Amino acid sequence: MTETAPLIVDRLCKAYDGKPAVAGLSFALERGECFGLLGPNGAGKTTTLRCCLGLTAPDSGTITLLGEPVPARAREARARVGVVPQFDNLDPDFTAAENLLVYGRYFGLSDATLWRRIPDLLEFAGLASKADISLRTLSGGMKRRLTLARALVNDPELLVLDEPTTGLDPQARHMIWNRLKQLLATGKTILLTTHFMDEAERLCNRLAIVDDGRLIALGTPRTLIAERIEPQVVEVYGEGADAWAAEQARQFTRRCEVSGETAFCYVEDAAPLLAHLADRPQLKTLHRPANLEDVFLKLTGRELRD
Amino acid sequence: MTPQLSRRAFAVWRRNFLVWKKLAMPSMLGNLADPMIYLFGLGYGLGSLLPQVDGVSYIAFLATGTICASTMNAASFETLYSGFSRMHVQRSWEAIMNAPVSLDDVVAGECMWAATKASLAGAAILLVVILLGLAAGPLALLTLPVIFLTGLCFAALGLIMTALAPSYDFFMYYFTLFITPMVLLCGVFFPIEQLPPLVQAIANWLPLSHAVQLVRPLVFGELPASPLLHIGALLVTTAAAFWLALTLARRRLLK
Repeated sequence: MTETAPLIVDRLCKAYDGKPAVAGLSFALERGECFGLLGPNGAGKTTTLRCCLGLTAPDSGTITLLGEPVPARAREARARVGVVPQFDNLDPDFTAAENLLVYGRYFGLSDATLWRRIPDLLEFAGLASKADISLRTLSGGMKRRLTLARALVNDPELLVLDEPTTGLDPQARHMIWNRLKQLLATGKTILLTTHFMDEAERLCNRLAIVDDGRLIALGTPRTLIAERIEPQVVEVYGEGADAWAAEQARQFTRRCEVSGETAFCYVEDAAPLLAHLADRPQLKTLHRPANLEDVFLKLTGRELRD
Repeated sequence: MTPQLSRRAFAVWRRNFLVWKKLAMPSMLGNLADPMIYLFGLGYGLGSLLPQVDGVSYIAFLATGTICASTMNAASFETLYSGFSRMHVQRSWEAIMNAPVSLDDVVAGECMWAATKASLAGAAILLVVILLGLAAGPLALLTLPVIFLTGLCFAALGLIMTALAPSYDFFMYYFTLFITPMVLLCGVFFPIEQLPPLVQAIANWLPLSHAVQLVRPLVFGELPASPLLHIGALLVTTAAAFWLALTLARRRLLK
């Protein structure tokens, strides 16, 4: 099993100026799965990815990427990896097709091979009609799709995506998700970081939630929700919600968190609470099943991370 | 800390070449226009007031210096402004490093590319020199490898600044404190011998002086006085500057 794991991270540590960014992180990917790395800003996700790609040398710990020790043989490993970075770094001086051509050359692929692949890649990205169009005229969503196509130019075994849909509109996000699912269906392994819980819940077979450079939870989205949080959530808001939360919420729930104007009550059984709230029409309520975002907030807290 | 280079550096060179091809004409004209204005303006205007300088007409003296200065400028502009755009603004280097290309390859590719572009700029002036009938003979063609080496040297020096720069404004210091004095001190406009001895001694250490002292005699059909010293000085400067640029780039981008 570990022989074929596309990525094994073992007790990874990396500090900047004495401040740990990653502090003993371990996880391993299984072939063909989509593995999500979740965490608030500054949790160490990007540092972890950089270490995995051999762009940053860890202080301690080992990384094995596609069977190659990293950073020692990172270059060989990267030949079989595709990367979609967090920030757009397509080449603005080139057309869509030229971007793919030039990028493919960095993998040592011949122009003949690349010109054969480029139409399929553009087709996959929904950019078949945009091959010769200057990059400056592409929308954000199109650029993101082109970046994904670029990451596939070497037909990689593993795709690494750093916040692939940040800044995209819902249509563009759905298109990216579709494409990622297609790639998973062809047997590729995906490692992605994201802030979007719906994205993680939709795409990922397994998730690691990290905070302060440490792993704080690992599992399938379903098991994380089942094991890490109460099944029901009642959100209470409207006039007097905070006073109500301070005085009365305790009777119905052991965990009630106030964020802004809203009290989030986590309960095993919502019926008694809902009956109580039915007599208080000035309080508005929203009753829903707990989701991954609730787990995330429970584990990483509600304070802002900047 | 030894550079780890591979043939992938050439892919970086090709990337820049492909961009240049799209804008080749304006780029070449831009590289030529500025030095030509100086060459003809000063060469004819000032030259008509002057007797011969070092045994040649002033325009011939200035033209041979301009070959070197133009090469230096082209290499500096390419590594500073264009290089910084690619490294910092467009994040092209990051994209490349996600492929199986090391930072060392990227820096080497950039250095080679800037030297190539600078060679075109220097060779263009050489062509003008030949067309004006200022070159003495076939030895003038031996300046081509010297021009390339000069380009390489200033590309490597420029990459040090690029690796250090917080923003484009930073490059003003390099131009006003290093490039411009060098043009004035290194025998481009007038012989180094006109300077006070102490300044002469400093000027003789500067890389542009070595380039000028190789190129000028070759264009006039003579062998340079101490070729190995000048070639050696340019080679050592290139190697040291490249090593330093690489060290600084690693510190900036691989942290």
